[in-house]
Amino acid sequence: MMNKLSLPGLLALVIRRDLVLAMRRRADVLTTLIFFVMVVSLFPLGVGPEAKMLTKMAPGVVWVAALLASMLSLGRMFSADYLDGTLEQMLLAPQSLPVLVLGKILAHWMVSGLPLVLMAPVLGLQFGLPADQLGVLVLGLVLGTPVLSMIGAVGAALTLGLRGGGVLVSLLVLPLCIPVLIFGAGAVEAVSSGVDYAAHLQLLAAVLVAAAVLTPWVTAQALRISME
Amino acid sequence: MSFSEFIAMHGRGMYVWGSYGMALLIFVVEIALVFHKRTLTLKQIRMMRDAEGDQ
Amino acid sequence: MINWFKYSAPSTFYALAGKLAPWFAAIAAILFAAGLYVGLYVAPTDAVQSDSYRIIFIHVPTSLLSMFIYLVMAGYAALGLIFNTRLSAMMANALAPTGALFAFIALWTGALWGKPTWGAYWVWDARLTTQLILFFLYLGFIALHASIDDPRRADRAAALLAIVGSVNVPIIYFSVKWWSTLHQGATIKPSGVSMEATMQMGLYAMFAACWAYAIAMALWRVRSIILERERSAQWVLDLPETR
Repeated sequence: MMNKLSLPGLLALVIRRDLVLAMRRRADVLTTLIFFVMVVSLFPLGVGPEAKMLTKMAPGVVWVAALLASMLSLGRMFSADYLDGTLEQMLLAPQSLPVLVLGKILAHWMVSGLPLVLMAPVLGLQFGLPADQLGVLVLGLVLGTPVLSMIGAVGAALTLGLRGGGVLVSLLVLPLCIPVLIFGAGAVEAVSSGVDYAAHLQLLAAVLVAAAVLTPWVTAQALRISME
Repeated sequence: MSFSEFIAMHGRGMYVWGSYGMALLIFVVEIALVFHKRTLTLKQIRMMRDAEGDQ
Repeated sequence: MINWFKYSAPSTFYALAGKLAPWFAAIAAILFAAGLYVGLYVAPTDAVQSDSYRIIFIHVPTSLLSMFIYLVMAGYAALGLIFNTRLSAMMANALAPTGALFAFIALWTGALWGKPTWGAYWVWDARLTTQLILFFLYLGFIALHASIDDPRRADRAAALLAIVGSVNVPIIYFSVKWWSTLHQGATIKPSGVSMEATMQMGLYAMFAACWAYAIAMALWRVRSIILERERSAQWVLDLPETR
């Protein structure tokens, strides 16, 4: 079935398969989104409804919530395939494992990251973010959430099949995601203080490119280590 | 400098001795744990050998 | 010509570590005594920071070493992954707890230095924040290794994590530095203290002391790790201490 496929063809195949499987378990997709909304909504309840403070906090709150929601959904990336033996087949297949992994990461992002990006404007409005800041927030999330899926993939691969999974993965992956948080939230703050925000987004884009190149390979190594 | 002056450290004694005290505590605990681990490991090996009878 | 590869076998390294560790421990003890004498007694009270600057003699060495040990750990991890040598992974595991404890000491002493000097126990500056993240990275390494039952998988997974972490540390430091300059927070630099010759001597002595201490701890710890892993090997059963 997986005969001579071109690189894009292989990617499309893997992504389509994962999306179809994800659609069959729509509840999982929705729970991540609901968690995101809930976490963001908790902050005003915790710190008080004073509008100016909330607007100032908004980028940080949205970004931290995006990080946490990403962490929660990581277990799903490889566990289903691990349990039913598909992952083993992928490791044995002649196709490039990093490419297969990249496909799975992109599918994971589409299911877990993209909904957050689409939800963010609504949440930003809840916090009174003006339009220009909202725009930069969403742009940052577009660049940053794939990176979260990519770094998360390494963690998910290393903790494959372990008990205590979700919390352990978060412990391992969250420190590594800090640059994304800093540049993403920092970009929005730059807009609010009238400073140039482009540099933040450019750094974010650079991190995205570096992650896209490196993480599939590292994740493939981690999968081999976990499956031997 | 008298001994009590040395301890007082011009009013900063709490911070200075709080720092060095914690460091000393950690070093002592670490050393104790390393040797405790050795004792445990050796005991485990002896038990394993006893369980299997003499080679 | 020393056959270094002989020492990559756990059995030979066990003996070597046993002979070397006491020497490093003795060197550490002497250097600690010397360093503390200079740092706490000989070096003069600082004009600006009074006597609380003396904390740097434990804060700076442990902080620098916590970073250095992480890199050495990652180096051993890489060796273990590339050459498939069991001993390299064992050394990485032996170094981790000492590195983590040094990071903790750096955080604790940093807080106690910060309070009298800059008025707050904790400031979110680049160095302290990165130190905190490094501490988390150490904990992650130890936690991951502890969560995996199969020792080989545990070694290799933790090794990969250490390497990924070490590559990330410069990126994290850069981003945190960027973030702290943006927010015009306090930038804590040791330059608040005018470095006299005695102060420098004290620092060097304490740094060397902590280094020797770390080596001694790692060598002693790896001996227990070797015994545990190789417990069914004949050479272990032949050891006098296991009778």
